Amino acid sequence: MSDNTNVTRKPEAPASEMALLPPVDVIEDAGGITLYADLPGVPKDKLTLQVEGDTLTIEGEISLAAPEGMESSHAEVNLPRYRRAFTLSKELDANKVSAEFNQGVLKLRIPKAEHAQPRRIEIAVM
Amino acid sequence: MLYRSVFPRDLLSELDRLQREMQQSYEFSPSIRGLARGGFPAINVGNTPHSIEIYAFAPGIDPATIDVQLEKGVLTIAGERASVMPPKEANATVHIDERFSGRFRRVVTLPDDADPNAVSAKYRDGVLHVSVQRRQAAQPRRISIE
Repeated sequence: MSDNTNVTRKPEAPASEMALLPPVDVIEDAGGITLYADLPGVPKDKLTLQVEGDTLTIEGEISLAAPEGMESSHAEVNLPRYRRAFTLSKELDANKVSAEFNQGVLKLRIPKAEHAQPRRIEIAVM
Repeated sequence: MLYRSVFPRDLLSELDRLQREMQQSYEFSPSIRGLARGGFPAINVGNTPHSIEIYAFAPGIDPATIDVQLEKGVLTIAGERASVMPPKEANATVHIDERFSGRFRRVVTLPDDADPNAVSAKYRDGVLHVSVQRRQAAQPRRISIE
């Protein structure tokens, strides 16, 4: 958008960049947030996790072992890629995200920053 | 639930899909086993001259607990996926709950030339890949003209 000579509308993302939206579970407890995402068919080296500013992006390329000359006759997973982005809130510590990826399920743990940990507030009786 | 896809796409392609599915349900008599699409696991099917390849997208399941059966030309994939939801008494909040959990079963009708004695199944990266060979006799043969 920095190029202001470009007055035409931003072109649609090319078909090769279209992606499926992976289903997720997001659970929050006192210590932080746990996110699970289903990314079946993505090998470990084709998974990309990125935190940029306060945006967390999960992206994965599907790689299936298909025999030579296979023609698809029915496809419910009909794009070769998953992508999903989340906006993190500032009490989460994006530098301490830990990730596990096992049999197509990504598990992310995003802890809350030290200062945002729950504290019991004493009530002073006057 | 009927029209919910496991992997939704953007709105335009969703509308496109809805239109296609509505057309299909009006134009053809639906299969006796219900809608061909939707449900868990998502399934892709491919064909080669020698085999039928079925891919079931079932991540996070112990392969030993997946039940794959082939009976009278119908392939059944069944199993169960455990929930990751915290117990009620835990002090946790569920913000998004989209992933499938519980028992699942999906069936695929195989073509007549599928050989029930030549089936192999592999589980990798959360995808179950079942490969069913076609019978030799059914493979196309070039007939020479004398």
